[in-house]
Amino acid sequence: MNMFLNFLIAAVFAGTPLLFGTLGEIMSEKAGHLNLGVEGMMAMGACAGFMAGLLTDSFIVALIAAFAAGMLGALIYAVLTVTFMADQNVTGLTLAIFGTGLSNFIGEYMLVNSTSSSLKLPEKITATISNINIPGLSSIPVVGQLFFQYNPFVYLGILVAILCGIYLNHTKMGLNLRAIGENPAAADAAGIKVTKIKYINILLGGGICGIGGAYSSMIICGGVWMSNSVNGLGWIAVALVIFASWSPTKAIFGSFIFGAFNILKYYFPKTWITIPSAFYDMLPFIITALVLVITSIRKSKENSQPASCGVNYFREER
Amino acid sequence: MSEKMKRTKEPLIRTVKIAERSKRETMKLRVIAFAMALLAGGLFILLIGFSPIELYGTIISGAFRSKMAIQATVKFMIPLLISSLGVTLAFKMRFWNIGAEGQIIMGAICSSYFALFHSDWPHALLLAAMFAAGFVGGGLWGLLPAYFKSKFETNETLFTLMLNYIALHIISFLRDGPWKDPGSSGFPKIARFEANAQIDKVLGVQFGWIIAILLVIVVYVYLKYTKHGYEISVVGESQSTAKYAGMNVKKIILRTMILSGGIAGITGMIQSAGSDMTLASSVAGGVGFTAIIVAWLANLNPVSILWVSFLFSVLEKGSSVMQSTYGISTYSAAVLQGIILFFILGCEFFIRYRFIVRGKGGVRQ
Repeated sequence: MNMFLNFLIAAVFAGTPLLFGTLGEIMSEKAGHLNLGVEGMMAMGACAGFMAGLLTDSFIVALIAAFAAGMLGALIYAVLTVTFMADQNVTGLTLAIFGTGLSNFIGEYMLVNSTSSSLKLPEKITATISNINIPGLSSIPVVGQLFFQYNPFVYLGILVAILCGIYLNHTKMGLNLRAIGENPAAADAAGIKVTKIKYINILLGGGICGIGGAYSSMIICGGVWMSNSVNGLGWIAVALVIFASWSPTKAIFGSFIFGAFNILKYYFPKTWITIPSAFYDMLPFIITALVLVITSIRKSKENSQPASCGVNYFREER
Repeated sequence: MSEKMKRTKEPLIRTVKIAERSKRETMKLRVIAFAMALLAGGLFILLIGFSPIELYGTIISGAFRSKMAIQATVKFMIPLLISSLGVTLAFKMRFWNIGAEGQIIMGAICSSYFALFHSDWPHALLLAAMFAAGFVGGGLWGLLPAYFKSKFETNETLFTLMLNYIALHIISFLRDGPWKDPGSSGFPKIARFEANAQIDKVLGVQFGWIIAILLVIVVYVYLKYTKHGYEISVVGESQSTAKYAGMNVKKIILRTMILSGGIAGITGMIQSAGSDMTLASSVAGGVGFTAIIVAWLANLNPVSILWVSFLFSVLEKGSSVMQSTYGISTYSAAVLQGIILFFILGCEFFIRYRFIVRGKGGVRQ
């Protein structure tokens, strides 16, 4: 029982960066832009967040830096795909390679120019991002452990997911956004400012991805800088969007389920059967591939990609 | 309503399509974009406190300064060139094969089976078997997403991507278990290939470079002068046109992806048996992704791919020299490659469209 509880808690921790990445990508895809650069934007956020934390001692500044770096990546993407109508797949892929390279590059640059042999977050920040402890609540057995003792990122992620859900489904802006994603020409004819809304949402999505990156560099790596801290999470996030069928609230559960797959190997009882660890590492990717196939076979209209996703909108070509 | 409509001003800047530009103009725009990319890269170098001219000089001299340096540059180029040719076939068809990385790995795994367990075969036969196995391994790994794409419209971008990671973990499974070198202590690894299973050298560089150049010619001819090549470009332009013309689109997709994956698989065989001399988990090492950039920069033209992959290899080799001379990380190569492609992607716009500012020649038809 205790083991199972620990497993659930670990799954939430492992799923949180995925949640941010998935939410960011949902925002972009709802605007009709499939941004494959999540991995790159997360890496940029990872680097900016970590370095800002290192230099300023402030968690809030680190969060803002990570958000801004993710937005910067998304800005490159948005300029190229929205204004210059470049191919979305290629632009996104390049962003992934560029962002990862830039992040690792700056990391190594900081490392070479620092006096110590490793970059370590200051005490003050590690204390802020450590697991919270609400007197009374956190000590309740099971419930307290399961709900009231995560780090601030986890709660932030769930909050962002709920806000995204409200934004997309219950506000006028969100309705306009969904209209653009489904049919930009019709939205344009209805007087919606297509370009502006596309930019806003792609940038917002990039920022959210950036925070997910900060999670992987600041939490997963335990406060010490490591190259490639995002390590493929961004790609899983792109796939998770499909698993969550473009719904921010479903993304919460989707991320935690995939988080569970990621850490399963540490919790699976070895007394039953020994499975080589490579199979556990493969599992999230196999499941994602299966999800892709199953959703494509089922082909439900309700849970599918926004219709204009992947196609750039050119006003004078209708 | 109509009064409100009247008040709407013409947008400040609007975009219009232009008639096709001449080859010369297109080329000029690309050269300008490349120069601007170098400038932006220079700015980046300046920002980290180095002289751009000095560093660009180091990259070029680093890639050519000695016979060994040139050989190393070519060694970088071989896998990049071959896998770029592979993804080109798929991209021409508008099939987003992001999975070259995984196809390279599967090709390497299949060919390594012969290298590890049949190293007593005659040299030529063994290499031929490894070559074929590499092709088949990569081809099957490419066929899988193509099958689901043609049957259920499964998103191939994400599917091929997931297959990359699965392939990567298959190597670690083999390395930790069945193919583990019993002779090695410490970290598990796969045994070094015996000399009989290694690719011979020609002019100091492994034989792979000749295969690469041959493949450039083969792919060029295949795309430009064969019925298959024509079918690929029609499917790429419009699947409905292809169907209307009586082409079997499914068959074309499956066939092309076997070839695309197969060529990537050959890369894996050549990299493992010609450069690494073992099956390492870094056998693809990001080449599959860089290949996508190369293919796109070269406008999916096999001959241009030769030049672009050469340029990128100079960048890779040069950046490793930059690391040893100035302590600048080799990741700078990825950053510069990204910057170059960003600019070229942006420049494609000016080949097909132009901006019109309000009031200046903005006569509306």
